Amino acid sequence: MKPGTKLKSAVCNTEVMVIRSGDGQIECGGAPMAEAKAEGAGEPAADHASGTLMGKRYVDAAGTVELLCIKPGKGSLSLGGVALTVKDAKSLPASD
Amino acid sequence: MNIALFLEMAAEAAPDRVGLICDGKRWTYAELLTGARGAFELIEQSGASHVALLDESSEAAVFALFGAALAGVPYCPLNYRLADADLSALLARIAPALVVGDEERVARIAGDQGHTVHARELFTLSAQEMVPEGEDREYDPGDGIAIQLFTSGTTAAPKAAILRHANLVSYILGTVEFASAEEDDAALMVVPPYHIAGISALLSSIYAQRKIVMLPAFTPEAWIALVDRERVTNAFVVPTMLARIVETLKTGAAANVETLRAIAYGGGKMPAEVIRDALARFPHAAFTNAYGLTETSSTIALLGPEEHRAALASDEPHIQARLTSLGKPIPTVEIEIRDEDGKALPPGEAGEIYVRGDQVSGEYKEKSALDAQGWFPTRDAGWMDEDGYLYLSGRADDVIVRGGENMSPGEIEDVLLSHPAIADACAVAVPSVEWGEAVGIAVVCREGHATPAEAELKDLIRARLRSSRVPEAVHVCDALPYNEMGKLLRREVRKLFVR
Repeated sequence: MKPGTKLKSAVCNTEVMVIRSGDGQIECGGAPMAEAKAEGAGEPAADHASGTLMGKRYVDAAGTVELLCIKPGKGSLSLGGVALTVKDAKSLPASD
Repeated sequence: MNIALFLEMAAEAAPDRVGLICDGKRWTYAELLTGARGAFELIEQSGASHVALLDESSEAAVFALFGAALAGVPYCPLNYRLADADLSALLARIAPALVVGDEERVARIAGDQGHTVHARELFTLSAQEMVPEGEDREYDPGDGIAIQLFTSGTTAAPKAAILRHANLVSYILGTVEFASAEEDDAALMVVPPYHIAGISALLSSIYAQRKIVMLPAFTPEAWIALVDRERVTNAFVVPTMLARIVETLKTGAAANVETLRAIAYGGGKMPAEVIRDALARFPHAAFTNAYGLTETSSTIALLGPEEHRAALASDEPHIQARLTSLGKPIPTVEIEIRDEDGKALPPGEAGEIYVRGDQVSGEYKEKSALDAQGWFPTRDAGWMDEDGYLYLSGRADDVIVRGGENMSPGEIEDVLLSHPAIADACAVAVPSVEWGEAVGIAVVCREGHATPAEAELKDLIRARLRSSRVPEAVHVCDALPYNEMGKLLRREVRKLFVR
């Protein structure tokens, strides 16, 4: 998937922008994400419902996928069923 | 990836928060996004291939920057201080452009180039009133060129440096945490809009949701008054500005500047004396030295607040010296020092600074300057110490080559500045029949001191450096030539020695 691609959750308001991606299905709330908003409304699966936070970057353990949350929602992000985690922010002093 | 995302996110997360204050007017993130979307409509209607700004900083710069991004058209802020002929030549290179700003001047010097020109007030007003066509206006996904900045062109015609959306997005995501600013944070922006620091300041502050307080024209008095009035917490200045601010505060300005928590500086060499003075005058402020270039999307190395205070407090010369270093590379870039053959040099050895990373474009409209492995030769000369601190010794082109020996002007200048009667100094290459090049120095005497004899200055350099550094020519002048960003114009100094 091309960096810059925007993906929408099928089950909540979450939207992400792809910074880096490899193989594997990107999901939100346990359901696959897509460029177009899915018809009908579902609910995030109970074990994928810890929510997304605006402006946070999410990565998998291997570092193959990196997503930027551009709209928050109730579902949480995963890659092939494995939860993504928030990338640690390096704290730098403001320089400009 | 498109930098317009940063304003969209700020407006989504905090639509009613004030994002910009300029000339007493306050703009929320929602209003700034509306203006950018309106600017996009104006750009589409004009059919322009570039969006140019020929104006001082204002809300129009924000509308134009993000409007151009939404339209997928390069944004080219121009230096309004250029002479008519030079500016006309640059305008011709970006025709047909939508030009925001000095309508009368564009008509006079580039009236036949096919530009669409909007004066600032009209542009700002029209952009706010333009209604996007339909709710779901599709904007450019934009992974093309975001910014085109003309270099100052000191030796040849100005080059058009290009920054892609991907470079700038990498820079911001790598250095700024979204919405990390406190509600009362306010950043005073005083660098001109055509400088890379003026663009990165807009992007960084909007993404951090740090309110921007614009000062379109710098004077130390206006800067101090604005800090007081808007309770400014953060500021970026160039060294000459900082020197003038501290001088003005010494004369007892009545303003309150105690809200300042963080002062960042860059854009030129910071004299040790100036930064020591500033650290003493702002004992509670966090100082950051930022080193970067246009071609690197701004900052690539930082000397942070703790390092400033540690250097000031230390008795050890190599820790003290860090006050004049550029700090360490930021985590998202790599930096190497290389010799003339492109071979990486060990710590302590001086060469050219090379940098690599996603934020580094190293690209000009004419060609890319990156090597096959993606490294960008900065043309800055410098070295790195054992602990990874980077030091700048000047532009690679400023190195004086005397009989095959490379000499950096910086070390000669540092010695001259240690003389109590010398206020400012510049060392340049002067033609020499015997050596090819030799050292010439231009010095400015401090008020109230007698002008030192030539022999005294030569003895000083001979005592502290090698005899090859002793100047063949000495020129005493009232002031050295600087540009408006505080950059020393060495080519002008060189002319003093040509007879």
